[in-house]
Amino acid sequence: MATVISQELADEAAAARVPHRRRPVPVWRWVILLLTGVYFLIPLYAALRFAGIASFDDVVHQTGFSDALILSLKLALMTTVITLALMVPTTIYVHLRLPRLRRLLESITILPIVIPPVVLIVGVLEVSPGYLKSTPYLLGLVYVILAMPFAYRSLDAGLRSLELRTLVDAASSLGAGWPTTLWRVILPNLRTALLSATVLTVALVLGEFTMASLDLYQTFPVWIVAFDQTSGPVSTAASLLSLFVTWVFLMLIVTLASRRSRRTGTGQVELFSVRRTVR
Amino acid sequence: MTANAAPAAPGSATDPGAGPRRGLPRVLHRAWTLAGVVPFFVYVLLGLGLPTLAIAVGAFQNPDTGKFTLSNIDIATHGIYLHGFIITTELSLITSVVPGILGLLIGYAIFTARRGALLRRVTITASGVFANFGGVPLAFLFIATLGTTGLATHWLTAIGFNPYENGFNLYDLGGVALVYLYFQIPLMVLIILPAFEGLRPAWREAAQNMGAGTWQYWRYVGGPVLMPSFLGCLLLLFGSAFSAYATAEALTSGTIPLTAIQIGSFLNGNVLAGQQNVGKALGLGMVLIIAVLMVFYALLQRRAAKWLQ
Repeated sequence: MATVISQELADEAAAARVPHRRRPVPVWRWVILLLTGVYFLIPLYAALRFAGIASFDDVVHQTGFSDALILSLKLALMTTVITLALMVPTTIYVHLRLPRLRRLLESITILPIVIPPVVLIVGVLEVSPGYLKSTPYLLGLVYVILAMPFAYRSLDAGLRSLELRTLVDAASSLGAGWPTTLWRVILPNLRTALLSATVLTVALVLGEFTMASLDLYQTFPVWIVAFDQTSGPVSTAASLLSLFVTWVFLMLIVTLASRRSRRTGTGQVELFSVRRTVR
Repeated sequence: MTANAAPAAPGSATDPGAGPRRGLPRVLHRAWTLAGVVPFFVYVLLGLGLPTLAIAVGAFQNPDTGKFTLSNIDIATHGIYLHGFIITTELSLITSVVPGILGLLIGYAIFTARRGALLRRVTITASGVFANFGGVPLAFLFIATLGTTGLATHWLTAIGFNPYENGFNLYDLGGVALVYLYFQIPLMVLIILPAFEGLRPAWREAAQNMGAGTWQYWRYVGGPVLMPSFLGCLLLLFGSAFSAYATAEALTSGTIPLTAIQIGSFLNGNVLAGQQNVGKALGLGMVLIIAVLMVFYALLQRRAAKWLQ
């Protein structure tokens, strides 16, 4: 799946070799794409009109807006830091020392997708000690689990596209210690993978509603629903805002990945994979 | 590193946390190698294993006495909860098959466009955005569009077709299904595209050289090659719709008996005495259904992978 984007970005130069595959431009293609465009754009337009430009300003001044946004941002930061601190060393270590565990790790990290968030939070609230349940940061700890499938896949794809063993050997033969190798050789080469893992994690945390609402903490998505009773247009403006934020984030990855792939041919980004836990 | 101490490849002296090497018995050394993945496994065990175990155990427990019972399972598989499983499965079936077919067509339309063309770039990026969009914000978008006072409702009424007088309701199952298309179609486009990449142009040329028309090509070559991936994608869409919670909850305030929403209401405390553990039995049911689907998915992917190599 990751290959869709990377090929997209890398293959512009290869466009020349494709035409013999193409057939005359059929009308049905345009009909389908037009209908699809209408289905996807009308709700955006309707929401924009319903909200009105002024509402975007109002969103920011609603009571609870900044508290909810700050809580969500704190959770995003916490989740990202823990996820990277846990997954980056583990994935690199497995690639270097325990390649046979890769398949096992892949199956383990798919589990959070098998277990729906609404089910997982029931179990989490059941087994968590009281001092964790009384803080919103329990959510951050659980979001790390939710982020694992995407973080692991991004990092794994990134590491696979590197000659990791060669890089490490080269670094050590030049006298670099392990910390130097990690910091100055591996991590810079993993930039795209790290970025994509980070953005997917952040997008996940900023959008997660199910667990936060059931754990009774007002994160940003929960707040959007909670204050719906007071103002429809402002809620709609907030919703559009959250869509645009995702859009900007994804554009950012694609742009950075394409810059990178032009140099190395390895910009692997999984755009879609955060979606499952967002709703 | 000497050969007798090394399960790892040569050159692993540069590895992280390689630790004491010489003179250690092989077993100890291997255990030491595994130490690097301990934090990960501990985290997964605590954050995923333990909660899941608690649900599986709780599903068979009397909430008051803690004794073994089948009554939770019994309640969860009858009445409104059985109805919930059925409705959820129906909704997930519709919202995986319909977007599956539409996504297949759109995906092919994008695939046949020239590589690197603006159209392809825009559609693929947009698919990434919309497939990631969902939950409450999505519900608001559709309320503004097709709610009782929505823009599209207004337009349709103006041309003499009031959807609400013709059986449509955004806040019931049909409405929820329509909204689900908004993230399911882009998801399908994204996951089916790699399968199209597996259709070699040479196959089409070979078929043409042997005199096959478009229909014959799809019937005997393209279709069979795409089928495993297509079914695999459908299963993924099914899983995605099956565990969706926030969108339906925001649209219907829980009036549709979806299993995910029912589980949520157990957490919110809307429970009869003695039934606190029914939510866990429902959760177990969901996990089992999705797990079965994922096994199918893995098998299908393995078949599809043969063609995509």
